Amino acid sequence: MSISVQNLSKNFGDFAALKNVSLEVPSDSLTALLGPSGSGKTTLLRIISGLETADSGTILFKEEDVTERSARDREVGFVFQHYALFRHMTVFENVAFGMRVRNAPKPEVRDRVNELLHLVRLEGLGQRYPSELSGGQRQRVALARALAVKPRMLLLDEPFGALDAKVRQELRTWLRKLHEEMHVTTVFVTHDQEEAFEMADQVVVMSQGRIEQTGTPQAVFDNPATSFVMDFLGNVNVFHGRVQAGRVQMGPFSLQYDGYQHDEPRDATAYVRPHELDLDRSPSQSSLLGTVKQINPAGSVLKVRLAVAEFGVELNVDVTHYRAQALGLKLNDTIYVHPRSVRVFMPETDYVI
Amino acid sequence: MHVSTVRTQRIAGKMVANEPLWFRVLLISLAWLIALILIIVPLIYVFVQAFADGFSGWWRNIFEDAETRHSVLMTLAVAPLAVLINTVCGLAAAWTLTKFRFPGRTFLMTALDLPFAVSPVVAGLMLVLLYGSRGGYFAPVLNALGIKIIFAWPGLVLATTFVTMPFIARELIPLMQALGDDEELAAVSLGASPWQIFWRVTLPNIKWGLLFGIIQCNARAIGEFGAVYVVSGRIERETYTMALRVEKLFQDYNNPGSYAVASVLTLMALSTLILKVVLERIVAASMNESTHKTGEHS
Repeated sequence: MSISVQNLSKNFGDFAALKNVSLEVPSDSLTALLGPSGSGKTTLLRIISGLETADSGTILFKEEDVTERSARDREVGFVFQHYALFRHMTVFENVAFGMRVRNAPKPEVRDRVNELLHLVRLEGLGQRYPSELSGGQRQRVALARALAVKPRMLLLDEPFGALDAKVRQELRTWLRKLHEEMHVTTVFVTHDQEEAFEMADQVVVMSQGRIEQTGTPQAVFDNPATSFVMDFLGNVNVFHGRVQAGRVQMGPFSLQYDGYQHDEPRDATAYVRPHELDLDRSPSQSSLLGTVKQINPAGSVLKVRLAVAEFGVELNVDVTHYRAQALGLKLNDTIYVHPRSVRVFMPETDYVI
Repeated sequence: MHVSTVRTQRIAGKMVANEPLWFRVLLISLAWLIALILIIVPLIYVFVQAFADGFSGWWRNIFEDAETRHSVLMTLAVAPLAVLINTVCGLAAAWTLTKFRFPGRTFLMTALDLPFAVSPVVAGLMLVLLYGSRGGYFAPVLNALGIKIIFAWPGLVLATTFVTMPFIARELIPLMQALGDDEELAAVSLGASPWQIFWRVTLPNIKWGLLFGIIQCNARAIGEFGAVYVVSGRIERETYTMALRVEKLFQDYNNPGSYAVASVLTLMALSTLILKVVLERIVAASMNESTHKTGEHS
């Protein structure tokens, strides 16, 4: 079921949690609301669920206006950040709760709960209490409980926030698979861009109560709409410089920049992702000389920290193992670094070269 | 809450253990001395006096004195009624104060403690001034309806309720604050009605706290003297509770009778205390068990 959020605003006292937010969530998609804490992502999720009410704006499920409908009648499955399992009930009773309050017949409840416990791979744990489960197991109980009432959509608030890295990785893959099997519209909130990009069909980047960008993970990553998105997507090298007459000048770096052809110089910020910086033994047209301060292996790349003395900054560079080997890279080497591509954002308008 | 008390005591024990021996002996003796003078000796003395004429004398003093018998029944009626009212009101107050944010919330929270701060005699007097049939503020209405509150059993219930009001709400508010409202919200999203949420989610979570509150409230309600004294008017076989009866018998130089009733009150207090300790053990045990199991699995 598709969700349509139109012109939603919400204030908590003086704090504007959401400022005129509009969003379309396609049916059966997996959408991530991504943003730092205080960006309004959880508030948006709670308003969609009906647990929170907006000051103004409209929520449609498909074509149906549900703005005035209470959370109880929205038929939304909500998974809380800390799961909010009923601590005095067994796993079985937790999952059964939604059906029990609807007075579903006992055999039906039993069959559905067993089916769900099988789905979330918790068969045989039905008689345990939440306190007897691990974090990952609790998370899956919360999911089964939300799914038990056959919700029209599934909303998850920081679903993996409280789990350790390995369990988190497993659950991500598992949830993505589950979503593909179930075909239920799912929206989840996260502050972890990796999580959002790995799982979602659609990523919604939020900041300070506004949506900065909406798009597929690929589109958002390749073409960040604003400097905030660029910054938030992680670990970028930031240069403050100027644009003038088709060129961008950042200290000794000078690159062609078609987005601004005027002669009058303007302040601009340039972003270079770690993997967009190249290391070389010989200088090129626009390269800097840096000293290798640190080399850390991180999966398929080496993360290199480079101190650039003349610029007074440190740069993060991602180098493939192969390239590092070819260069014979080691600590305290002096080496040339130059950007393959740069994104320039000016205060008013944002351009990409 | 109760578990943390136990923990603090253990830490305190360790700290004292590091002090010199003479200091430890001194402190421990002092504690025992105070307990002995203020609590243990008077407690024993009550029973010694109560059974001065043997068990048959004690039995006679309680059950063969019509006035005393009536006072026992009165207490057994007034205290549970006050506890019942306070249970309902305490739950409502705790629910309101923890689940909602509204103007005047802090004021209400403070006002809830007022009955503890105000002298019971003042509380009683206030009730007389408001509900008294002669010159009371509500007298015209009450007289017209033929309702007698002051110098009658409703006054006793009212006074007892007022004095014991904070117990249950005070026990529940911190508990409900700590629990938060996530579980209730989860229940809402699963389609539960407010009534279902209360019975199936909230109440099971607060049952121990509620029980503690009720036990304490009940103990205080049974023993209440000051406020009840003022509103009762001390009418024989009408408005005497056990606490009032103890005083009356004492004034009449009927020491064995007075101590006999006092011993019953003391027994009630002691059983409350034992019940409370047992409950605390049960709760602490179930908490330890659950934390232990969590530790095992995570």
